[in-house]
Amino acid sequence: MIDRRLVTSFDWTLIGLVSVICLMGILNIYSASAAYKLGGTAYYIKQLNWMAFGLLLSLVVASLDYHILEDFSYWFYGFLILLLVAVLLVGKRSLGATRWLNLGFFTIQPSELMKIVIIVTFARFFNNYHTVGGLKVKEMLFPLALLAVPALLIMKQPDLGTATLVVLIAISMAFYIGFRWSTIVTFTLVTVPLSWFAWAVYMKPYQKSRVLDFINPERSRLGSGYHIIQSKIAVGSGGFWGKGYVKGTQAQLRFLPEQHTDFAFSVFAEEWGFFGTLILIVLYLCLILWGLNIARRCNDRLGGLLAVGVTAMLFWHTIINIGMVIGLFPVVGVPLPFFSYGGTSMITSMVGVGILQSISMRRFMF
Amino acid sequence: MIKEQRYVRELAQPRQRTFMLAIGVAVLFFLLLLRLWYLQIVKVDDYRAMSENNRLRFLPVAASRGALMDRNGTIMVNNRPSFSLSIIPQEVKDVEGMLDRLASLLQLDKTELRERWEKSKGRARYYPVVIAINISREQVEIVEENRLRLPGVEVSVKPIREYAFQNSAAHLLGYIGEISDKELDIAAYSDYNPGDYIGKNGIEKAWEKELHGSDGGRQLEVDSRGRVLRVLNESSPTVGNSLMLTIDSRLQRVAETAFGGQAGAAVVMNVNNGEVLAFVSSPTFDPSLFAGRIPVDIWKGYLEDKRHPLENKALAGQYPPGSTFKMLTALAGLEAGVINENTTVHCDGAYEMGGSKFRCWSKSGHGSVNLRKSLKESCDVYYYQLGEKLGVDRIAAMAERFMLGRELGIGLQNEKKGLIPTSVWKLKRFGKKWYPGETLPVAIGQGYVLMTPIQLASMVATVANEGTIYRPHLVKKVVDPDGKTLKELVPEVLGTTGISPASFKKVKQGLYAVVNDPGGTGANARLWDVKVAGKTGTSQVVKLGEDRKKARKYEHMDHGLFVAFAPYDKPEIAVAVVVEHGGGGGAVAAPIAGKILRSYFDLQKPPAPKQPQAKEPQEDEPAEAPVKHQENQAERGADE
Repeated sequence: MIDRRLVTSFDWTLIGLVSVICLMGILNIYSASAAYKLGGTAYYIKQLNWMAFGLLLSLVVASLDYHILEDFSYWFYGFLILLLVAVLLVGKRSLGATRWLNLGFFTIQPSELMKIVIIVTFARFFNNYHTVGGLKVKEMLFPLALLAVPALLIMKQPDLGTATLVVLIAISMAFYIGFRWSTIVTFTLVTVPLSWFAWAVYMKPYQKSRVLDFINPERSRLGSGYHIIQSKIAVGSGGFWGKGYVKGTQAQLRFLPEQHTDFAFSVFAEEWGFFGTLILIVLYLCLILWGLNIARRCNDRLGGLLAVGVTAMLFWHTIINIGMVIGLFPVVGVPLPFFSYGGTSMITSMVGVGILQSISMRRFMF
Repeated sequence: MIKEQRYVRELAQPRQRTFMLAIGVAVLFFLLLLRLWYLQIVKVDDYRAMSENNRLRFLPVAASRGALMDRNGTIMVNNRPSFSLSIIPQEVKDVEGMLDRLASLLQLDKTELRERWEKSKGRARYYPVVIAINISREQVEIVEENRLRLPGVEVSVKPIREYAFQNSAAHLLGYIGEISDKELDIAAYSDYNPGDYIGKNGIEKAWEKELHGSDGGRQLEVDSRGRVLRVLNESSPTVGNSLMLTIDSRLQRVAETAFGGQAGAAVVMNVNNGEVLAFVSSPTFDPSLFAGRIPVDIWKGYLEDKRHPLENKALAGQYPPGSTFKMLTALAGLEAGVINENTTVHCDGAYEMGGSKFRCWSKSGHGSVNLRKSLKESCDVYYYQLGEKLGVDRIAAMAERFMLGRELGIGLQNEKKGLIPTSVWKLKRFGKKWYPGETLPVAIGQGYVLMTPIQLASMVATVANEGTIYRPHLVKKVVDPDGKTLKELVPEVLGTTGISPASFKKVKQGLYAVVNDPGGTGANARLWDVKVAGKTGTSQVVKLGEDRKKARKYEHMDHGLFVAFAPYDKPEIAVAVVVEHGGGGGAVAAPIAGKILRSYFDLQKPPAPKQPQAKEPQEDEPAEAPVKHQENQAERGADE
């Protein structure tokens, strides 16, 4: 039943890169959580399970022709918007934000799913929308509206990290289709003075402070910047060869916050040094470039769009997470795909990998 | 042909762009590597040194809480520094030994120290753990003298509350205390840390977000002996906003004194805007004790006192309103056309209905009674008959128009609703139908009827202003640390009764007679210069019968109530007084109301020499002046 060509053109490079990163991540989680003494299953075992489940899920997604995504895209979109509204109305609060929705038998985080759905929705829109010489301002209005609704709903939770990612993914896809210069200039001319005006003239000091808190939640908390300093010490003290596996003092003495999730990279950098981070970053670079390659060699506009979208998702997660732990960006809770501990992130990323695989496997069919 | 070409161009376009995207990706990854190279290769020695030899330390600096002022700008609650002892986990190798040393040096209870230490398990190792709060200056000096023997031990200064008038208005102001583990898990307190003080009750709790301010802190690099090498980062605390309350602290104290230690509550309210001028729950307690560990004997004393000092009786005390409720029954009768001011009833001391005898408080009876006399002498028989004609639901409907039986939303926690019974309510509550005989006690404010002192004040205020129900409120404005007004709270109308002014006039005349006519039950509240109108009430705690006649226990004695407004012609304030287990309202509650009213009108009189400025008393003491900034003091303390 399955076309033989599908099997022969299975993308081993993609799966290989992802698996190597995942395994490095699990190795690292073992070290990062070695300092915790807790009952129950160890984090690295749990992560191993998530990885296995994720790979299986990616195969299931890959076995489906990605064109069916197009048919359902707007339904997915509408459904997700409903879920996001539901989160705001009846969501579960934890740590000052409402992100989870309890469906009785399990809880889901609709904002996480939105990352995939925005890719599918934008792919469908641009697949059927033909433009000559780049997108004009007028042509951007509908996609902007498609983007604004979920982005604002996610910001309301508040979850600035995810909202930013959704916006960045959408912009990357629109960039793939191409803007006219006039569009870029117009948007710059409108947004920059408008934000400046709102900031300098209209907003009161306490509102400004709220915005700053929102952009950087660490700011208002005690110990602000402390995490970043500790993270930089961990990374910097790693030196070229690192301190050795499970020998990172910053990590083992638990100076780092969330060291098995958002700050997993600092643990790795401390223990494996520049040598290790260079390898890991090159692996990520290969994965991203491979994703773009899948987009390039796909003969189908929809496939290209989907591949660029998924690649953008993985790329921005990587850049923002690593940029955060080495003090280039403010602290927003964005995990490093395949590397940070966490089931939600693993599933979203693996669904993305499944879509890439589906496109890559069918490159000779269209 | 042309169409085809276009299609090809469209497909080609994105393909070229994957190359541009790849370049963008490579550039950004290169930037990451550049940064990593800088951290891990260029700066490696610095960071190595930091991770091996040096220590970072984080010292939180607690913000000063905003002050609470009364309506004239007089400070009621402000801050004073208190010292707490912390240890920094990462810097103390042998915690047990350290706790031993501290316990013996400072003569503290080691189990208490250990208890606090245990609670900190699982938290960041760099964050100071508070192991003792509110330690004395002498103890601080001992720690400083032994600095070198106590590495990793810190004394920090936290502002705690100082009460200008000690126990006055304790229930209203509330108190602060150390945040509990349970509270730390609540989303509203997600920004707080163990050892922080938060408002636990009253205004302090309700306005926590405004009052708290935001804490600051200092990140220090210290050497292995704890000496500061440099300050890495510093954020100064922001003083919380202050509140100007509607309370008049002088009136408040007069009212509290008037109770003379008796249990009860009093609420004084402006009838034209709902501002609460005094909010008394007697006896009060010492709110300053709650910031630390309360001495056991005092705590036990509070719990065992049968006057229940910790209870906020003004807000959460629910009492049968007794005869004060008759003004509503009368209004219901007038509005329904069942009575008019001339309707007379004969009272011979009791009323018979369905074989039961309902007694009037006056055994000999009141003779021929009209509306005015029924209020003035508080004749029960008049209201038994009126109640029988009205039925319970029409009485309840009148109470409903006054928004009784529900929260008025004063903005403090634990406000009680009281209870206005209806036939539907009884069916739901007990599954039984309403018997007409049950209406009679309701007509005189007994039976199931319950009201809080706040509701009593609101009821009489609404009668005084002839129909407007204001939300009773306690805060006038929010003032920032520089004395600038951030928010002014405007009076809020909850509703109107829709009762004709003529009916109000007739009832008010009766209330005037209660205080001023010979034979009125409220003569004890009379003032020589201002016309006062009011109503007494005595609510039974134990049903009529043998118990009442015996030498009665305190808990079985009647509650005395008195509600009043003044001046009669142009009402300004309403007063409700409840004296728990005090006896008759006219005898115990009316004199207290009289003292409160006396004080209110005396305070209104401008002091003679200051006459020209009397209009703006704030000018003499600008609002910002009394708000002391203790930030500096707190910081100085931290440097010691």
